Amino acid sequence: MSEHSHYEPQTAIERWLDARLPIVRFSKELLDFPTPKNLNYWWTFGGILAFCLGVQIVTGIVLAMHYDPSAAGAFDSVQHIMRDVNYGWLIRYIHSNGASMFFVAVYIHIFRGIYYGSYKAPRELLWLIGAAIYLTMMATAFFGYVLPWGQMSFWGAKVITSIFGAIPVIGPAIMTWLVGSFTVDAPTLNRFFSLHYLLPFVIAGLVALHIWALHVPGNNNPTGVNVKSKSDTVAFHPYYTVKDGFAVSLFVIMFAIFVFFMPEALGHVDNNIPANPLATPAHIVPEWYLLPYYAILRAIPDKLSGVIALAVAIGCLFALPWLDRSRVRSMRYRPQARIYFAFFVVACLILGYCGAHEPDDQIIPGLAAFNIGDSSINSMAWLSRIAGLYYFAWFLLINPFLGLRETPLPVPDSISTPVLSHPAAAPAGAAAAPEKKG
Amino acid sequence: MADSVAGESAVPHDTPDPSRRNFIHIAAITAAAGGVAAIAWPFIDQWNPSADTLALSSIEYDVSKVPLGQQVTVLYRKQPLFVRHRTPKEIALADAVDISTLRDPATDASRVKPGKSEWLILIGVCTHLGCTPNFDGGDLDNGRYGGWFCPCHGSVYDTSGRIRKGPAPKNLYVPDYQFTGATTIKVG
Repeated sequence: MSEHSHYEPQTAIERWLDARLPIVRFSKELLDFPTPKNLNYWWTFGGILAFCLGVQIVTGIVLAMHYDPSAAGAFDSVQHIMRDVNYGWLIRYIHSNGASMFFVAVYIHIFRGIYYGSYKAPRELLWLIGAAIYLTMMATAFFGYVLPWGQMSFWGAKVITSIFGAIPVIGPAIMTWLVGSFTVDAPTLNRFFSLHYLLPFVIAGLVALHIWALHVPGNNNPTGVNVKSKSDTVAFHPYYTVKDGFAVSLFVIMFAIFVFFMPEALGHVDNNIPANPLATPAHIVPEWYLLPYYAILRAIPDKLSGVIALAVAIGCLFALPWLDRSRVRSMRYRPQARIYFAFFVVACLILGYCGAHEPDDQIIPGLAAFNIGDSSINSMAWLSRIAGLYYFAWFLLINPFLGLRETPLPVPDSISTPVLSHPAAAPAGAAAAPEKKG
Repeated sequence: MADSVAGESAVPHDTPDPSRRNFIHIAAITAAAGGVAAIAWPFIDQWNPSADTLALSSIEYDVSKVPLGQQVTVLYRKQPLFVRHRTPKEIALADAVDISTLRDPATDASRVKPGKSEWLILIGVCTHLGCTPNFDGGDLDNGRYGGWFCPCHGSVYDTSGRIRKGPAPKNLYVPDYQFTGATTIKVG
């Protein structure tokens, strides 16, 4: 980054500091960072995610000051927060809805990265760190959901820890080790609380690496074309601090609507019943952001295979930079990939929809249909199998082969070309070798 | 608004108008500062005592359980409350003091309820730095005044709980209380 810096310490104090701890220079380089001038609003979700992490850490630290992580006291202490602590209801609703907002933002951020090919060389490691952040977020969210020690907390913890029980031979031993008792119990709650407090700081560290890995190649952009000259970029501040700030403001409005007007909309009423190890709630589902994986897990009527499918579903995300063989980054110039991508988004949404329903629920209510195998063709089980099949096919078949077969559109010579001229007036020859322009 | 529209035609677009830009900056920063202040307050106020803590702020006690010349220490608002059944000698000692010589002047009568001067109700927290003074058994020698002695920094209180020696600035506090019956008090 130093080659971009024009920082000259002005005062004696700044010169003294610059020779010892160049923190002013560092901050200035971050603010002056040359950023492609054509980033659209999909790019503001990085800033929104940083905001979400900050909100979760601040509200979480405050909640931990009033929360009791003992199995005997946890549920009551959450009621104490909601009823007695000054503004406790507000802080807890910000935290519980904040988790959902965090996942809304991260899914948009991930889909944006996929659409514009932000994972392709030289940004593979940036993508891997991002996927690690996402995985850590899921773990953190799960640990957090256990803490109120209600029915959904308890049985959610039981199901997730039982996933490890599917591992052959050592599975049961691992499961016992994870929960520290015969089943999910007081020791489980204590260790999950500790990890729930630890992991956000792990995420913060990974975010620092993510931003570092971003600042080496610089931002991708909607064209996917590399920055070629200074005229392709603007300084991060004020151009993107203001744009991100505006996006965060809009995001906060949506966030506030949830917190103030429908704070329980994304939760489950059963979690207002204290944990009872003797009775499972009749309808148990994970939080909405884990539903697609839940649907994949349930789609396969075999314990070990279901768990393997679940692991592979997440693993595919990590492998994406090597699965996609296209040399054109942005799907703006890949009309076929765009269609497959749209179906991929739809498949993920369908999986989420299936995950929220019972496997035997009908897709079209009242429509009688024949059975294939164990379930009716008009059931969530088969819908999730079809959507799940497409999910895996998109990663493992479409991505590796589409890039070799498709004909991309002409890719512009530079970021400034499509900005300054009508797309129809793209320079002649741009179509000759589009794959070399990425 | 009509003025700004009229001004717009007079000022060409390529001429910067610093006052308009400054207005937007100041308006945006003010709105953001207002938002930050509004959300900061709940995060500050959550450290104040919660409703269930404040709900435990008054107690009742039957003072007849305290024999003459004895003291019972009761938990009141998570702190010690001294309920002392004073002897006539202690009351006489407290009354005999010339209040102009005191650091925190107060008559003994002002620290008890009328006609109930044998009952001295005190918050058992030294006004210096918060330790709980010990009753020193009516000792009048060695620089004591027959009342309490704080082990932390050596503050000495008399039989009315008034500061007589040492670093404490104020007398031991008398809480808000009333007799709700012949021998029952309600504190707080």
